[in-house]
Amino acid sequence: MEVSVTVNGEVRTADVEPRTLLVHFLRDDLGLTGTNIGCDTSSCGACTVLVDGRSAKSCTMLAVQADGADVTTIEGLAGEDGLHPMQEAFHECHALQCGYCTPGMVMAAVSLVDEYSDMDADGVREGLEGNLCRCTGYQNIVKAVLAASE
Amino acid sequence: MTDTRVAARTGTAPRIGESARRPDGAPKTSGSFAFSSDLWHDRMLWGGTLRSPHPSARIRSIQIGAAVAVTGVHAVLLHDDVPGQKEFGLEHRDQPVLAGDIVRYEGEPVAIVAADHPEAVRMALEAIVVDYEVLAPAVDPMTVEEVEPIHPDGNLIRRIHLRHGDQDVVGDVQVEGTYEVAMQDQAFLGPESGMAVPADDGSIDLYVATQWLHSDRDQVADCLGLEPGSVRLTLAGVGGAFGAREDLSLHVHLCMLAQHTDRPVKMVYSREESFHGHVHRHPAQMWYRHHATSDGTLVRVEARLVLDGGAYASSSSAVIANATCFAAGPYRVPSADIDGAVVRTNNPPCGAMRGFGAVQTCYAHEAQMDKLAEALGMNPIELRLHNALEPGDELLTGQTITGTAPVAEVIRSCAEHPSAAAIALDPMELPGGAGRTAGPEDVVRGEAFALGFKNLLFSEGFDDSSEAACRLEGGVATITSACAEVGQGFVTVAQQITREVLGVEEVVMAPATTATVGSAGSTSASRQTWMSGGAVKEACEKVRVQLLERVAAQQGADVSDLVLVDGRIVSLAGGLDIDLAEATAEPVEADVVFRHAQTWPLDDDGQGNAHVSFAFSAHRAIVDVDTGLGLVKVVELTTSQDVGRILNPMQVVGQLEGGAAQGVGLAVMEEVLVVDGRIRNASFTDYLVPTALDMPPVEIAALIEQAEPGAPFGAKGIGEPPSISSTAAVAAAIRVATGLDLPRVPVRPTDIVFPEGEA
Repeated sequence: MEVSVTVNGEVRTADVEPRTLLVHFLRDDLGLTGTNIGCDTSSCGACTVLVDGRSAKSCTMLAVQADGADVTTIEGLAGEDGLHPMQEAFHECHALQCGYCTPGMVMAAVSLVDEYSDMDADGVREGLEGNLCRCTGYQNIVKAVLAASE
Repeated sequence: MTDTRVAARTGTAPRIGESARRPDGAPKTSGSFAFSSDLWHDRMLWGGTLRSPHPSARIRSIQIGAAVAVTGVHAVLLHDDVPGQKEFGLEHRDQPVLAGDIVRYEGEPVAIVAADHPEAVRMALEAIVVDYEVLAPAVDPMTVEEVEPIHPDGNLIRRIHLRHGDQDVVGDVQVEGTYEVAMQDQAFLGPESGMAVPADDGSIDLYVATQWLHSDRDQVADCLGLEPGSVRLTLAGVGGAFGAREDLSLHVHLCMLAQHTDRPVKMVYSREESFHGHVHRHPAQMWYRHHATSDGTLVRVEARLVLDGGAYASSSSAVIANATCFAAGPYRVPSADIDGAVVRTNNPPCGAMRGFGAVQTCYAHEAQMDKLAEALGMNPIELRLHNALEPGDELLTGQTITGTAPVAEVIRSCAEHPSAAAIALDPMELPGGAGRTAGPEDVVRGEAFALGFKNLLFSEGFDDSSEAACRLEGGVATITSACAEVGQGFVTVAQQITREVLGVEEVVMAPATTATVGSAGSTSASRQTWMSGGAVKEACEKVRVQLLERVAAQQGADVSDLVLVDGRIVSLAGGLDIDLAEATAEPVEADVVFRHAQTWPLDDDGQGNAHVSFAFSAHRAIVDVDTGLGLVKVVELTTSQDVGRILNPMQVVGQLEGGAAQGVGLAVMEEVLVVDGRIRNASFTDYLVPTALDMPPVEIAALIEQAEPGAPFGAKGIGEPPSISSTAAVAAAIRVATGLDLPRVPVRPTDIVFPEGEA
């Protein structure tokens, strides 16, 4: 099936098998490997992207469901002037070690901050419950999200 | 004379002791960092593995005809196709690359396939017909030594019967207990993946996420029947490790397929396959008896430890050594009888995981210390302080602690740290969160303390070294080391060390590969800051000396008058001031192999100077428990740790927080469920790891700094202790809250709701 998805501001069209997951479309068809696959069961959130501005685990969606949608991946987050404030905050606060969860965590955090202003640490923890990190114990991730939301 | 020696730094890049940011932080946050799963080659094939569905079976025959006939399939390879040595292994080469006539665990690789599309790989794997004669698996570690050997090497992997001091000692007070630790998974987030690329001359390049490049390289070369130099192993981006990448997984498979097809081959495990594809933390069954005088002085500890090594040895020998040597915890114990055995079963193979061996026994010895305190009517903190090891004390192995051991400081600072834990008012903060049924009045709180320790670096006479090279050219330093950066932050610390020694701003980390430098050893056992950090430090120091000597000769100056400061070479007497970039237009290079102090094997009684150094940590946990549903909420976790010297405060704290999370996981939720040799929960839906809601903030009470002799800058490794005492503390707090024995971790809801005998 042909799908047409706006990815990081650019319209991308491809002929995909109907069963193709959005994450495989992004990684294998478009070469956007910043979005990681961690679990195959929609548990870990490493594949989180923005679909029409809201965070979505890209392994829970078919590519054809994203037809006509506006998708932002980690590669599309930085602007002309450099890293997005959320990316900068993760780097600054040591909110990553191995970094495998980071792209998904950053995308989930961007969506969270966009949706809820004025969050406290508990709110950030609740909002990021669907994204696993095995390295950091989450403390610096919470710090980074709070720093970026100021 | 000028004051150059104390001149204010002009450079801004952080050095030792500062919270330098990760050099890979920008690529990792921007998505451009290439993990091993991101590797791509235009001509590449995809690889896949057929695994045994049985924990124990004889293979009568394997039919591959239908698989070979699948469109797009380029290779289907079996045991006989392994070109060199058929077995691999970290300590013992006892694990088949591909099963021969027998399979010994569920998930053991039987055949491998390469095809031009993952779908074709899947179809080919399904088309392979294996005729198994299913055998009854030997899965009980307590009896497996008495049954028919399941492997030519026998069912006992290693036994250490440690006897220390007078064996006839009996204490006024004795406490006894049996304890069990379940199988934990490292659960790194990036499943196993890699790519092999064959070269025209018969050599091969392997790009893979690993913890120990040269050990992998050597094992791969042996299995391929190649010289080690014909296998070039390059570290690909690592999505976490925690011990699970110390053994080979897909390495030889990838190379075999690439050689056979003469094409690059890529392989990526699914999460389910990953659970079968790497070793886990050893489950342990432990019996203890502690003896003390009535004033609380420990006089003897007896223990029987049985660790389930699963089907193959992996690093089991080192794990049981740690479990046995540190079985009694960081206390003065003049008499001990510790019988530690690690056995072979048809369960999944077990090996390295953060704190290996010490995690299991810490949970048991700390439960015993609490039990002893209760029997003595003594405060548990006081009991620990009373018996705490000090420098100059003997360990169970008879080894005297010659380095630092600030055990009392660790205990006091953690125990005395004020708690900020409030009573939960928001229902979301109660155990169970949104899914709770208990009101605040049905929730009980418990607070407890645990202390742990472990050896740093490799032990028992292992010839442990790390090589590093430094090249200073045009004022830029390039560091070459095969140290595996797995997330721990070695790349940050190596840059800091280089800047500290050479006064440079820019430090480039060359790729970690076996092609350019000798072994850095394993990224495990909390050893890389010490070992590879030490190698980098010495290489840089050598470069500094060579450079100053060269400049002295060129300028007719006295070398002892020259110093290297902030990118300049200046003479203390004045008159000479050369820009470093200029002075190193012609490069200066040095290469060193760093070794730690020698250790010796344990003797027949488990005695000997087997270890280099030790690190100590304490945790205090506060938990809320809904006793109706058996739900636990870890409310607060406070820690103190003996760190030697801090090289990067932010990274140290990051390790303490992350390591504690894995300890919390083992205490309350993480267990690989193995029933009759089969893993029943090989997914993140069923194997639970702590989320942001499960983890409380980790409060750092104190980082105890006492420079460790022999360690570069006095810094101890800090990665493992956070995972050692955290589990014990959380379990103990649940005990305090519920009044139950809780002799097993993880503590399951049913353990609380239906304690033994009441179900």
